[in-house]
Amino acid sequence: MIRFENVGLRYGMGPEILRDISFHIPERSFQFLSGPSGAGKTTLLRLLFLSLKPTRGLISVFGKDRSRITRTELPLMRRRIGVVFQDFRLLDHMTTYENVALPLRVRGREEASYRTDVTELLKWVGLGERMHVLPPVLSGGEKQRAAIARALIEQPEILLADEPTGNVDPPLARRLLRLFIELNRLGTAVVIATHDLGLMDQVDARRMILAGGRLDIYD
Amino acid sequence: MTEALTDTRAHDDELEDEFEDELGGAGQQQPAPRLQRKTAPIVPSQNIAGRALVLVIAIMTFLSCLTLGAVTLVRDTASVWENQISREATIQIKPAEGLDMEAALETAARIAGEFAGVSSTRIVDRAATARLLEPWLGSGLNIDELPVPRLVIVTIDQTSPPDFGAMRAAITPKVATATLDDHRTWVDRLVAMARTTVTIGTGVLVLMLAATVLSVVFATRGAMAGNGHIIEVLHFVGAEAGFIASEFRRHFLLTGMKGAAAGGVAAVLVFIIFSWWSSLNLATPEADQATALFGNFAIGVNGYLGVAVIVAVIGALTAATSHFTVVNYLGDIDVQHPERM
Repeated sequence: MIRFENVGLRYGMGPEILRDISFHIPERSFQFLSGPSGAGKTTLLRLLFLSLKPTRGLISVFGKDRSRITRTELPLMRRRIGVVFQDFRLLDHMTTYENVALPLRVRGREEASYRTDVTELLKWVGLGERMHVLPPVLSGGEKQRAAIARALIEQPEILLADEPTGNVDPPLARRLLRLFIELNRLGTAVVIATHDLGLMDQVDARRMILAGGRLDIYD
Repeated sequence: MTEALTDTRAHDDELEDEFEDELGGAGQQQPAPRLQRKTAPIVPSQNIAGRALVLVIAIMTFLSCLTLGAVTLVRDTASVWENQISREATIQIKPAEGLDMEAALETAARIAGEFAGVSSTRIVDRAATARLLEPWLGSGLNIDELPVPRLVIVTIDQTSPPDFGAMRAAITPKVATATLDDHRTWVDRLVAMARTTVTIGTGVLVLMLAATVLSVVFATRGAMAGNGHIIEVLHFVGAEAGFIASEFRRHFLLTGMKGAAAGGVAAVLVFIIFSWWSSLNLATPEADQATALFGNFAIGVNGYLGVAVIVAVIGALTAATSHFTVVNYLGDIDVQHPERM
């Protein structure tokens, strides 16, 4: 589904942050992306999310060469990739329901056509009672689940989550992990960027470890 | 997603239960959900920066409209001065030994009246001449005791003025002491003064509009800076650049129009109030002086149209600035900021 071949990246004239990164993310796969702080996890996620272009190497996303994807094609590709930001990125003036429905709204869909889907999904992530609440009122865990729901509403083929358990306590982290596993079981490939070893120990999944700009993969 | 969820209902219920545990039984403890409200706009309707933007736009529009109105007023008044002066010419006949003044006046008036482009002629009679001199020589003046020049007022058809050179040439042989003053010197001076005034006014208006454009652009960019996170979120959830730009453009067009309309209406009100005040004090010396200088303070249809154009241009300018800010922001988002995401 997504393939990296000898990918390197540097910001401006700075040092190379990622070097010779090669891997493949198959459909319906589950993997952790880990490494020390500053190792480049977020940068690698940005490459996966088409938010950056590599300075060298080849990235193929859904069978298409990254360098050949035009600006007008980018939004269409992004709709196939769900992303959960470390800081949630919920819009404070919109309710949980409106935040989750946002990806559908920006596509110009009428609310009547997605109301049931959004409500079902919010119930599924345990926010059925909080759907008309504004984000500042939500707890960290609730915000995290709202962000996950927003990433899932378009039924992406792959979900990227940046430190999804970074702001929650261990019991809630385990529950969120179960949510991701459940999602993966339903057919979505999942990449979770985390440096929480305890979280990774709970699932027998592929580990991609970034260190010194290089990537080691432990299947 | 819904179909997939239905298939796995057993798992879903289990998962929901887990999160309800975390909430401590959300159904019981959380307040009942609010009634469904109207869907929130993608760009929040107002914040402090947005209100400041409306205020800045209103003030700058008000000042621009006032400047425009003042320039219109000066231009119209200057044009009126020019027309009033050039509507008349004067034949002055100085007394001389052996000159029959009354006959000379009649002759001059007759000759002038025969010229094409002259609407009428009027001899300023003795009483009127005495009245003209009254401020200097006092009342009870016997005009025959003094060598006072006499005047013939020649009213001119402004659309086709007479040939003053020919008129002068026709009168002088018949009345040797007659001089024809076509007010050309005054008119030329007034035209020069009016043109200078209008040029200065136009310069001030251009500077004012430039200041308004810059203020609106910077205030809009300031208000936009608080919306960067919204642009990013929309971008990352797959919104097309055109969609994001149109949302902001619409929002800021409304904001701009709101401020500009408020400023424009305030300026129009000022002109209406001045016009009303001027008509109310029509007979007083102060108002006469003001009217002599500035007309009746009415800016006319062109002035009001100008105000409407300024309001529309400022609204459009605000929308265009937000559009280009969004486009630039989106251009930057995927390129320069390693800290983003």
